[in-house]
Amino acid sequence: MADENNPNGKNGNKVGVLEKVAAGVKDDIQALKTDIPAKAKEQIEGLKDPTKTQVYTSIFRHKHDDTPRNRALGVLSNVFLHLHPAKINRDAVRYSYTWGMGGITFYLFIILTYTGVLLMFYYHPSKVQAFRDVLYLEHDVPFGKILRNMHRWAAHLMVIGVWLHMFRVFLTGSYKKPREFNWNIGVLLLVFTLLLSFTGYLLPDDQLGFWAVTVGTNMARATPLLGHEGPFGSMLGMTPYNDVRFGLLGGSIVDANALLRSYIWHCIGIPIVASVLMIVHFWRVRKDGGISGPAQVMLSAEADKPRRGPKAAGE
Amino acid sequence: MDWRQLWEICSAPDNVPIVGLIPLLAFYIYLAVKQARANDQLIEQLEADPALAKTHHRKTWPFKPGWQKEVHVWPFLLRIEFLAAIIVTIILMVWSITLNAPLEEPANPNLTMNPAKAPWYFLGLQEMLVYFDPWIAGVVMPTMIIIGLMVIPYIDTNPLGSGYYTWKQRKFSISTFMFGFVILWVAMIIIGTFIRGPGWQWFWPGQTWDHNRLIYEVNRDLPDIFGIASNLGKGIFGAIVVGGYYLLGGGLVYSLFRRKMGKDFQRMSLLQFSIMQFLLLTMVALPLKMGLRLLWHIKYVWITPWFNV
Repeated sequence: MADENNPNGKNGNKVGVLEKVAAGVKDDIQALKTDIPAKAKEQIEGLKDPTKTQVYTSIFRHKHDDTPRNRALGVLSNVFLHLHPAKINRDAVRYSYTWGMGGITFYLFIILTYTGVLLMFYYHPSKVQAFRDVLYLEHDVPFGKILRNMHRWAAHLMVIGVWLHMFRVFLTGSYKKPREFNWNIGVLLLVFTLLLSFTGYLLPDDQLGFWAVTVGTNMARATPLLGHEGPFGSMLGMTPYNDVRFGLLGGSIVDANALLRSYIWHCIGIPIVASVLMIVHFWRVRKDGGISGPAQVMLSAEADKPRRGPKAAGE
Repeated sequence: MDWRQLWEICSAPDNVPIVGLIPLLAFYIYLAVKQARANDQLIEQLEADPALAKTHHRKTWPFKPGWQKEVHVWPFLLRIEFLAAIIVTIILMVWSITLNAPLEEPANPNLTMNPAKAPWYFLGLQEMLVYFDPWIAGVVMPTMIIIGLMVIPYIDTNPLGSGYYTWKQRKFSISTFMFGFVILWVAMIIIGTFIRGPGWQWFWPGQTWDHNRLIYEVNRDLPDIFGIASNLGKGIFGAIVVGGYYLLGGGLVYSLFRRKMGKDFQRMSLLQFSIMQFLLLTMVALPLKMGLRLLWHIKYVWITPWFNV
């Protein structure tokens, strides 16, 4: 068969290998001159619409022309956005209802995680190093000062954000049925936010943090039953060396162990627990029917009637 | 008027959040009150006109038939979230550039800071230390606050006011929460931050901190006023006073609640009502005890060998 198709085949099998190779190379060069540029041109033309490339379609699972379907898919098919529903109550986007405080609090938590991780690169939780590391951050690390400032102020803002969020949720009665459980998760998150801030307070190992934490943990020795100065504490054998304060500080005074414990709670323990609770919190917001309002006002005459579906509200 | 002292307190880096919190809280209370009043007016209007109540869309926001009730999250919500993130970032950046985080001298157990203050968000509890022993102010109170917050949804049986601002439909719950949050929590923090100086003494804003000031204040215990000397007598007397407070107070709450808020009372189970009663009375006990101290210099009401209240 090869012989029949061979253009140089008049001598049958005796065609020289050299000639064969030369002809092949000639052919290749001809193709390189004509076929490849044509193919390249075609492919470059194709790149002008990157949304058609395999790389693009493998990342984005749907088209993005402005259709209602694509608007919904843009939210639903994105792992970071899919906690949102595709559509919400037209009034729920009004700032005056939610104050945006829950979202702002979460955003501040992200900022704190980000700046916190960067700070961890420069910080050793030991009595010898801790304070010097903070000085180092302030004076030598590029952008170290703004990094530390941002971490501190974001922490304060987060505490304020949690309070205002809770205040708004209370004032709009958003903890009422069916959101009781999520309110409880929220209370726990409030506690963990305060604990996160409090454990971070000691870490610079300066006078401010030391005495604030001393004042704070001194209360623990007055814990009823479990503190050595608390009611019934000494009867149960509590001393400064085995009570709940000792457990918190890893010692009877705020010292190296307290610094290490603070650090671990601050950087690992509480963030993990708080993150898990946040996941539950956000999940339950959706499962409990999404954002609570602005809902249609209920009249007192309707208060004790059986619960009505959203569509029975008279519109 | 010592402006310098005032400026030093207000501009201390860790006090700035509280300086910021006051206008923020005022603004958001204003925003809530404004919406609550609008809703209350609408409710009043609809209750007076049942025919309108059947056709009205029941919100104070404009709505016309034919308008879509729902909007797409993308872009209508996400653009707001994005903007909020940018604005928060800008505020945080500007704040971080203009104001440095505090850093004092290295920790020194031998050099006590005076005043030694807890972080600002715990100053309300520290302020309570003036009036209560640490086991109450530092342990029992925070625990009660957390538990109290957690039971709120289970003892508030009022189905009205879910998902919108209102005052008239939830007078009791809102005034109770405002009292707890604004008066007992935020106001105490403000006192702890701006008023308390060296030795945790009271210095009015603008008054110079005097590190040598001593206050000669003789505090008495309530049993002493009644001439009760024996320890047993003091214990029994205190138990009667504290128990009496809860019994009489409980009776008062019951009587008022039954008359003024009959519907809510009907809806509540006995367990729900008694938990509410107990938490309310405990909360009200704080300002009462503060009043006892400030007006009559009374330190303890109930003295036992194990604990004092």
